[in-house]
Amino acid sequence: MADNTFAIRIITPERVFYEGEAEMVEFNTTEGEIGIYPGHIPLTVIVKPGILRIHEKEGERIAALHSGFAEILPDKISILAEIVEWPDEIDEKRALDALQRAKDRLKDRYENLDVARAETALQRAMARINVLK
Amino acid sequence: MASMRDIKRRRSSIQGTQQITKAMKLVSTVKLQRARSAAEKSKYYFDSMFRTVNSILSRVGHIEHRYLIPGESPRKAVVVITSNRGLAGGYNSNVVKLITRNDELKKEDLDIYCIGNKGREAFSRHGYTIREDLPDIIEDPLYSEVNDLTNRLLASFEKGEIGEIYLAYTFFKNTVSQEPRLIKLLPVEPEDGEDESNAVMNFEPEDVEAIDMIIPKYISSLIYGGLKEAIASENGARMQAMDNATSNAEEMIDKLSLQYNRARQGSITQELTEIIAGSEAIS
Repeated sequence: MADNTFAIRIITPERVFYEGEAEMVEFNTTEGEIGIYPGHIPLTVIVKPGILRIHEKEGERIAALHSGFAEILPDKISILAEIVEWPDEIDEKRALDALQRAKDRLKDRYENLDVARAETALQRAMARINVLK
Repeated sequence: MASMRDIKRRRSSIQGTQQITKAMKLVSTVKLQRARSAAEKSKYYFDSMFRTVNSILSRVGHIEHRYLIPGESPRKAVVVITSNRGLAGGYNSNVVKLITRNDELKKEDLDIYCIGNKGREAFSRHGYTIREDLPDIIEDPLYSEVNDLTNRLLASFEKGEIGEIYLAYTFFKNTVSQEPRLIKLLPVEPEDGEDESNAVMNFEPEDVEAIDMIIPKYISSLIYGGLKEAIASENGARMQAMDNATSNAEEMIDKLSLQYNRARQGSITQELTEIIAGSEAIS
C-alpha cells in the first residue's frame, strides 16, 4: 500500500464520477458522519444525503452525495452512488425551492404524508446548499 | 416469361424498399453508437455493483436473510427486455424463445414484467400472464423508473406472490453478435471461491438491515444495466438485419435488371424478325 493514501472510486449508473488517490474521505451515513483513513477495517455503510469530502494530497474536493452505499476495505473505497454532484452541477435555485417545499410539507403534516420521503428530500436539498456554501 | 412492364415495375418497387432499408441501416448505426457509449459508461456501475455485492455476500458468510433464500411461492417473475419496434432480425424472438423454450420456467407459474411492445405481443400470443407492460422505459431509460419497478417486484416478493425473480435481456457482445441471457435476480446467489481476502465484512447498520438496503439497489442496477445493453443490442441487430436486407435487395435488382435487358433484347429481335418477314412477304 502506498504510504498513506488509498484508492477511491465513486461510480454512478451513468458514469465514473471520481477515481483517484486520497488521504482521507468524509461522508454522511445512516449511522452518522464518518471520516475514513487508509487501513480501515472492512466495512459496508449505507450513504445518507450529505457532503462528501475527498482529502487529496493537493487539497480538498467536495461534492453532494445523496444515496447509495460504500464498501470500505483497508486499501480502497468503492462508493456506488445513485446520485452525486460536483458543486458546479448543482442548480442553487432549484435546491432552495426544494428545501422550502420539503420544510412546508413537514410543517403541515397533512394526511398521507410520506414523512420519510419528505425528510430525505429535505436532507438532499440541505446537502446541495451546504456544498455550495 | 414476365412482360417487360412487369419486370420494370417489380424492379422499381424493390429499389424503393432498398432505399428504406438503407436509410434504416444508417439510422440504426448512429443510434447504435450512442447506445453503445451509454452502455459502456453504465457498465462500470453494473460490474462494480455485481462484484461488490458478491464480495460482500461472500464475506458475511452464511446468514439467513429473506433475499438470499427463495420464497415459498412457486410463481416466478421474469423481467423481459424487448424492443418497441420490429425489423431487427431475430432480436425479439430470441429473447422470447429463451423463456418459452426453457423447461424450468413453466407457463402457468410465470408473471411476465414486459418491457417493450414486441415482447408483449409475443407473450400474449403464447398465452403467458403479463403482470406489467412497460413499453415506455426502453425509449429513454431513467434510473428512477427502474427503481420503481424494483420496488414493485420486491413488494410482491415480500407478499409471497412470487418466489424468484429473473431478468431476460440481450447481452451486447459486439456490433455483430448479441447474446440473449437469462439471469436470476432473486434470491441472490453469491458466486463461490472468488474472494481473495478472508477478512470478515462489518456492517453499519446491522448486516440484515444493510442487506435490506443494498439488495434493492443491486437489482435496480442489474435491470438498468440490462436495459442499456439491450438497447445497444437492439440497434446492433437492426443494423445487421437492414444491412442484409439492403444487400438482398441489391441482388434481386441485379437479377431483375438482367431479366429486363434480356426481355428487351428479345422483343427487339422479335420485332426485327417480324418486319423482315413482313417485307419479304410484300416483295
